[in-house]
Amino acid sequence: MIAQLTLHERQQAILISLAVAICGLMLGLAGRNDPLGFHGALIFLAGVLTIFLIGHNYYAPEPSDERFARYYDDPSKVGIVLAMLWVVFGLAIGDWVAWQLVNPDLTFGGGWSSFGRLRPVHTTSVIFGFGGNGLIATSLYVLQRTSRARLPDQVSPWFVLFGYNLFCLIAVTGYLMGITQSKEYAEPEWYDDIVLTVVWVVYFLIYLRTLARRKEPHIYVANWYYMAFILVVAMLHIVNNLAVPVSLGHAKSYSLFSGVQDAMTQWWYGHNAVAFFLTAGFLGMMYYFLPVRAGRPLYSYRLSIISFWGITFFYMWAGSHHLHYTALPQWVQTLGMTFSLMLLIPSWASATNALLTLNGAWEKVRDDATLRFMMVAAVFYGLTTFEGSFMAIRTVNALSHYTDWTIGHVHAGALGWVAMITFGSIYAIVPWLWKREAMYSARLVEAHFWLALAGTIIYVFAMWNSGIVQGLMWRTYTESGTLAYSFVDTMIAMRPYYIARAVGGLVFLIGAALGAYNVWMTIRAPAAAADRASDLPEPRLAGTAAQPAE
Amino acid sequence: MSIFGFHYRLERKAIGLVLGIILVASIGGLVEIAPLFTIHQTVEDVPDMRLYTPLELAGRNIYIREGCYACHSQMIRTLRDDVERFGPYSLAVESKYDHPMLWGSKRTGPDLARIGGKYSDAWHVAHLINPRDVVPESVMPKYGWLERDTLRIDDLGEHLWAQQAVGVPYTQAMIDNATADAFGQATPDTNQAGEVSKRYGDATNVRDFDGDPSRVTEMDALVAYLQILGRLTNAAQSETAAVED
Repeated sequence: MIAQLTLHERQQAILISLAVAICGLMLGLAGRNDPLGFHGALIFLAGVLTIFLIGHNYYAPEPSDERFARYYDDPSKVGIVLAMLWVVFGLAIGDWVAWQLVNPDLTFGGGWSSFGRLRPVHTTSVIFGFGGNGLIATSLYVLQRTSRARLPDQVSPWFVLFGYNLFCLIAVTGYLMGITQSKEYAEPEWYDDIVLTVVWVVYFLIYLRTLARRKEPHIYVANWYYMAFILVVAMLHIVNNLAVPVSLGHAKSYSLFSGVQDAMTQWWYGHNAVAFFLTAGFLGMMYYFLPVRAGRPLYSYRLSIISFWGITFFYMWAGSHHLHYTALPQWVQTLGMTFSLMLLIPSWASATNALLTLNGAWEKVRDDATLRFMMVAAVFYGLTTFEGSFMAIRTVNALSHYTDWTIGHVHAGALGWVAMITFGSIYAIVPWLWKREAMYSARLVEAHFWLALAGTIIYVFAMWNSGIVQGLMWRTYTESGTLAYSFVDTMIAMRPYYIARAVGGLVFLIGAALGAYNVWMTIRAPAAAADRASDLPEPRLAGTAAQPAE
Repeated sequence: MSIFGFHYRLERKAIGLVLGIILVASIGGLVEIAPLFTIHQTVEDVPDMRLYTPLELAGRNIYIREGCYACHSQMIRTLRDDVERFGPYSLAVESKYDHPMLWGSKRTGPDLARIGGKYSDAWHVAHLINPRDVVPESVMPKYGWLERDTLRIDDLGEHLWAQQAVGVPYTQAMIDNATADAFGQATPDTNQAGEVSKRYGDATNVRDFDGDPSRVTEMDALVAYLQILGRLTNAAQSETAAVED
């Protein structure tokens, strides 16, 4: 890893790590009487450890210019491994808290192990840990190949990858200590938000600098989505996290916004974190890996244009459907509902585009579990976006809101769409990155596919049932016009569904663990395959490329 | 087609795409969020709206720390069954000083927007120590450490300062006396206790919330906060707007 860096790059990396360590030290000293001190120490240690790692190999021979004939894939490799670690951890926490709703005493007694603190550990680990690492790893891979340009340098990608994981680590350890802003999916406190902002700017600059060096005149669709993901997430993150810290020595801060304005800003953020983190980024993944794996050109270029700009425009209006019948002015609620319905058009345009791309390759879908992961992901994407538009209708939302139906909807998207497209892409990219003929075990991929599908279906059906049952019980009246069920009555009715949900989650977790094992064994196997044509920025003479262009 | 022709040229320019994405993605937020700060009717004017005392604010921060918002909403919708189950629907003004708001998104447990005064302090303490002692079917975690841990009150002045910085009208006297006020509110029959009502109004609950008068615990703060929920203003009780079936 470090042997790949030039001496100049090693010096740069040491200087950056030194700056990180100094920031950590200052934060740690300022927050020595507060949980903030722990995070200062963590940042300090991360900086110092990196300096030692580089220093240890500082005098290793420099790489030859041969490296410019290949893309720079080392950060993508590490990103994939980190994604697999995060997903197993995040799913395990998720299943643990699911069992806590069956038996609330499944804790270790301390505050860190209670539901309220573990829930954001789960969401952050799977969304940002797993999803984010998957997106960073694949985006750097796709960016280079579709631009036919190498990454601009070999330090900034590592800064992005390690900085991003430091952000996730600070977030997750913070929740366990009770550090949270309470804004869903934006829980990390002000200093961690600054870490992410810095990382994100560098990530965006890598994108622009690579695109500036591209040898393809057109920027490929996948990159539009990856760019929308980076840009809009930056916009959402900065606005929603505006806050005033209690002091520079406190982890705690107070949001700049309050009440109704805060609610609207939060759900503008929350819904578009779904749109631009969990949708746009993964559509970028889909638009590259699905056609390549299927060996088919993208079905429609025009459809992809319509869906891209439709998603970018419509989604940003839809957040207020999270606030139906609340104290938010009704004109905003109505706008949110209207745009949520229109959103179905670009969403289904993307899903259709993906599925029609498979025309002529359906026998591959049958035989290849990797491609089947991507196909099922596209189907779940279509289903979930339809369900989302449906639930945004005021009268439907009156029933579904505050119930497990929302949880079911989110997991149909997160397990069925996001995780499946990522697993499919990972099973495709791992043999390519590590130059293996195929994954270690095709049967394990097959097993993972069925476990993932079964787990998702059990989970989603359990939550549909509990959500609709609870929603209906809340609004059931007796003949004399009084409420028929107490709140506790509805909780008792949830129990069988909570057990089913926890079982579904466990099935999904087992599948992911098999996946992690399979990825690890593939990495450990000896390199067998030669470069693919798409691994080389400059096409070589006939006969040297091992595989035909895709 | 000209639109696709235009796009054919646009997608050759990285900066063009970047600016296009920023422009197209900004419109929704600008139209929906910006007016909420300028249209006066968004938040009602009520003269009797009170501020959180330092103790209640500390309790609110514990509510946030423990992630209570993940399972309890604080937003009663304008639906008949919501109102009959939890009380008058929530008004925007009631969370006017909530930085951030805690409207929530899921009711694994019941809504808490009007929980204040519904149960005794002793019930809340027992319930937080072991929810199943008072509600056998509950799946809520136990929060026994709240009773054991002493509340940190020495920095509450800084908390109030930050609240003031984001727009909550705390006075300088409130900021200066935040620590004493937190102590006084949970420790009746002291000089500090009398000061609290003077600064925060006669309706302020001044009492020993957790049944242990010797010290101010996290339990004192959280119960003080729960007992004020829905009682910062009476505006919602007098509102007579129709409820949707």
